[in-house]
Amino acid sequence: MSDAEATAPTLDEMRSFYREMLLQRRFEEAAARVYTQGKIGGFCHLYIGQEAVGTGAIRALRPDDYVVTAYRDHGHALSKGSSSRAVMAELFGRSTGTSQGLGGSMHLFDVDRGLLGGYGIVGGHVPLAAGVAFASKYRGDGRVTLCFMGDGAVNQGVFFEAMQLASLWSLPVVFIVENNLYAMGTPLSMQTPVEDISLKAVPFGMDRDRFEDRDVFEVRRRVGRAVDRAREEGRPTFLEVLTYRYRGHSMSDPARYRTKEEVEERRLRDPLLFLEQRIKDAGAGGDLAAIEESVAAEVEDALEFAENSPPPDPEVATRFVYA
Amino acid sequence: MPRTLQVREALNEALAEEMERDERVFVMGEEVGHYQGAYKVTRGLLERFGPRRVWDTPINEGGFAGIGIGAAMVGLRPVIEFMTFNFSLVAFDQIVNNAAKIRQMSAGRLSVPIVFRGGGGAARMLAAQHSQATEPYYAHVPGLKVVVPSTPAEYKGLLKASIRDDNPVVFIESELMYGAKGEVPDGEYVIPLGVADVKRPGTDCTVVSWGRILHTALEAAEVLAKEHGIECEVVDPRTLRPLDEQAIFASVRKTNRCVVVHEGWRYGGVGAEVVDRVQSSCFDWLDAPVERVCNVDVPQPYARELEELVLPSVERVVDAVRRASYR
Repeated sequence: MSDAEATAPTLDEMRSFYREMLLQRRFEEAAARVYTQGKIGGFCHLYIGQEAVGTGAIRALRPDDYVVTAYRDHGHALSKGSSSRAVMAELFGRSTGTSQGLGGSMHLFDVDRGLLGGYGIVGGHVPLAAGVAFASKYRGDGRVTLCFMGDGAVNQGVFFEAMQLASLWSLPVVFIVENNLYAMGTPLSMQTPVEDISLKAVPFGMDRDRFEDRDVFEVRRRVGRAVDRAREEGRPTFLEVLTYRYRGHSMSDPARYRTKEEVEERRLRDPLLFLEQRIKDAGAGGDLAAIEESVAAEVEDALEFAENSPPPDPEVATRFVYA
Repeated sequence: MPRTLQVREALNEALAEEMERDERVFVMGEEVGHYQGAYKVTRGLLERFGPRRVWDTPINEGGFAGIGIGAAMVGLRPVIEFMTFNFSLVAFDQIVNNAAKIRQMSAGRLSVPIVFRGGGGAARMLAAQHSQATEPYYAHVPGLKVVVPSTPAEYKGLLKASIRDDNPVVFIESELMYGAKGEVPDGEYVIPLGVADVKRPGTDCTVVSWGRILHTALEAAEVLAKEHGIECEVVDPRTLRPLDEQAIFASVRKTNRCVVVHEGWRYGGVGAEVVDRVQSSCFDWLDAPVERVCNVDVPQPYARELEELVLPSVERVVDAVRRASYR
């Protein structure tokens, strides 16, 4: 995505990015709604507020590049090209889901599109991403692996181990911390004495960058630099993207650890609104209603598809344990 | 012509042959390259295959185990060496939550063809943190295969099968057996996982045992034959998951008695699994309660006398078989 460096987004790009972000927003709102109706179970971590990070970052990739992520993964799957039907069906635990109902919200996989999983142990997936990148280096296939994690992951031991090895062995991987300021209910100030998370790259001699998610095209540009570095120079980068989630950590979290005012203040800086304004400024505000409508239809279709899909066959429980 | 090789040489041959055969196979771990392996299992591999195939790692088991798993997810075939399996516990989350479960979580779209290998069990006077049987931790987990070989020929044939297997395999060697010698067949051979081997035929009592302590069981069987006229049939499952229960049942239905002998703790050990399967499938054939001979239920002590006290001994096996035989 070197060309993204210089060129401003076209109106088409703006519309396309906007639709992708809006789809994630509306998809998650729908998921929250049906969760409270008991149609989705377990833990369900919504991406609402953080859409610009995943959208901008994944748009900096080639289609054959890999994404490895944690459990807040619905938006990443949609950005990587998974169908909203299959993702919703997986949340419902239906046979038509991305993992036929074996994974659920936290474990979205779409191997054909390079989505190599959402993982539920905080930080536990970071070495996996380095390993996928290791395989790309081993084979010389020119692929880059993007690894998303939350700010809670960067205090785990394996996070540091993976960073260490990725840098030591020059692996084509980009680590992205989506810093939404809270690890579940614990604010950043109670997790780390150093607010700038990107500094964790320094002891490993790794390139780093730190920026806000306000402008999704800026996210793409900055991630694109790291992706280029990985692909062309075989060097990893550690990125910290400052973002915010408007909902609780998961559906079971009322988020009482922060004030209403804080959330309202952050909502004013919503990257989705920012892009909406930009489209309006470009004179294409009239297109927004149609985008909203098409997204609403897609989400409605996904819900209906999930509702009407059969549960998994009982034998699916045991079919895939061993190759 | 079979040759006499040490366990470390047999393992080295298995690694070299599989690396030669399949370009996707590589070795990774602490001291496996320049140092030639802490127990010299990987001797010469760096020189022969180069640094792309032999990776020395820093001391971060969680990190390199996870990297191996990630590489396996997209089709490479890593052989990850833990200098000893005690250190695998640092990577436990990677093995249990990632390697074992990724195939299930992805509905079979990703497999993890990886081998974790290294020395386990009691070593000599290495005390609590460096002497333990880790196989029950792993045998507990669906999605993993667990191999515990007992002779040089099996070390080689089972490691080759493990490397070719499309599942994550936990391959636990004995730290005390790397120098043990035995006959190893010439030429290409593979020993399939999940197939037991009768190490000593007998008619009076089945002894199920594996790994290094199997040799204690065999020694006890000789004593029992000579001094007590009891002929033990010693069955070595060789892989603990999958477990060749039919081989064990066939023997128990012949001898009507069963004693399980293994390293590691009795509480929740693999022996408990064997006993459970035997009692539920061979109940009508059993003439005595099934016995278990395991480590004493304590962390491994350091002093030689205490160490011997804790591990299964020939005497304890003899006593257990005599109890099971009412003789």
